[in-house]
Amino acid sequence: MNDILLEILFILCGMVSLITSFYSFKDEEHPTRIGSTLFWGLLGIIFIFGPYIPANITGIILIVMAVLTATKRVRAGSTRDATDEEYRKKKSNEIGNAIFIPALMIAIFAFGIAQFTDLDGLVGLGIGAVVGLVIGLILTKSQTSEALQSGGNMLQQIGSPSLLPQILAALGALFNAAGVGEVIASGISRIIPAENIVLGVIAYYAGMMIFTMIMGNAFAAFSVITVGVGAPFVLAQGANPAIVGALAMTAGYCGTLLTPMAANFNIVPAAILEMKDKNKVMKSQFPIALVMFIIHIIWILIFAL
Amino acid sequence: MIRLIGIVIVIVGFVLKWDTIAVVVVAGITTGFVGGLSFNEILAILGESFVTNRYMSVFLVTLPIIGILENNGLKERASTLIAEIKVATSGKILSIYMITRTIAAMLSLRLGGHVQFIRPIVNPMAVGAAEAKYKNIDEEDEENIKGLAAAVENYGNFYGQNVFIASGGVLLIVSTLNELGYNVTPLDISKAALPIAIIATIVVIIQVLMFDRKTDRKYQSK
Repeated sequence: MNDILLEILFILCGMVSLITSFYSFKDEEHPTRIGSTLFWGLLGIIFIFGPYIPANITGIILIVMAVLTATKRVRAGSTRDATDEEYRKKKSNEIGNAIFIPALMIAIFAFGIAQFTDLDGLVGLGIGAVVGLVIGLILTKSQTSEALQSGGNMLQQIGSPSLLPQILAALGALFNAAGVGEVIASGISRIIPAENIVLGVIAYYAGMMIFTMIMGNAFAAFSVITVGVGAPFVLAQGANPAIVGALAMTAGYCGTLLTPMAANFNIVPAAILEMKDKNKVMKSQFPIALVMFIIHIIWILIFAL
Repeated sequence: MIRLIGIVIVIVGFVLKWDTIAVVVVAGITTGFVGGLSFNEILAILGESFVTNRYMSVFLVTLPIIGILENNGLKERASTLIAEIKVATSGKILSIYMITRTIAAMLSLRLGGHVQFIRPIVNPMAVGAAEAKYKNIDEEDEENIKGLAAAVENYGNFYGQNVFIASGGVLLIVSTLNELGYNVTPLDISKAALPIAIIATIVVIIQVLMFDRKTDRKYQSK
């Protein structure tokens, strides 16, 4: 039951991607019309037909998609917001706070179904999205096509980086198959004794923070450091995997607060706010990042070991 | 040691800001080769893992509803609500934004942003509150308030987002741990992330209220 519902959810996701592909194709002033049409079309096909396509063919499709993004053939289209600011102001006054209800449905269903039924939380998310869409269409008196088009526009604006977690998971699978974790683990075990879990936690979280600072991206750091350090030195010693994993990611975010590599969060805002010191945002964040990092370590030592 | 080449590619690629998807795919294929896999095996692992992990991109299904709400004034409504708040100090305004931004991140609502909220609403309100209280503030403190306002947006976003069970971070944690043989669900991760979101909110509120005390001492002793 759960698996069938999840497959239906993936078909819906695939349809959003196919619709994005369709609107890219219809957009004659699209700067990367063919590339975007192909990219979102291929993604939609993988979402819908993935289980029936031989895995090596899917691998080839992914390489084609990577070539498209590498050659900058996947960018946002020419279609602007369907409504202007004046219209949105007027609508927001008309609808009032009820506008938040459809958005809340997604979170409420996702949490409620995960907590109180045997079904997966993601199934709940899908149900919440459909319920929210129906309420939203009635509330705003909009056409379904308008919802689909604005969803497609949004996906094009977020663009290919939205697939980063999923593609990093594939990288993790290849790392595992090639035995990358063992190589790192054997290197580190020369410095840290494997049975010392306290040093293991510190090495794992410091590794998350430092690698995130270098790469500017905690997701990429997580895939690498968890396999090489987290698994052999912390998880294999019997620590609670959910707590250790969840906090490893936010330990990485402590690093995000401190690095110019995460320019979107730290450098661009300084320009947006017209600050004199381009590093001021990071300087303001320094004490919090440090205090939070220490709290992460203490929390693990108390609650996860 | 040569098997670590994939990690080197990821680091170099991200530092040099090459296309992220292509960097990761190239790192994966190279790692497979040096690890002794055939090209066909690499393709199969890549494809199979991508299909198994489709659940990581389920946010796609939420885009039409979010799109229609944004077209009809979702962000404008949130701005109005925040702008209606009447409080006396910069620290208190920043505290309230920290709380609302964290809750928005927990619910995966895209109600935030330096362009959409900090520059037009939060920073002017925080500076305005300080100017009303102390008659005038110097350039240094105006800069300090800007720094804190920009930072609060990041704190709420970062420490709140993993409470949402379908956030990219949560699903990456789940898939990585499952791949390593540890069985966890998205709900487990989201529950484990909740205390950190609450602690971060408290720590940040302490930071901004300490800023209030500092400016109090600085301007009222004059």
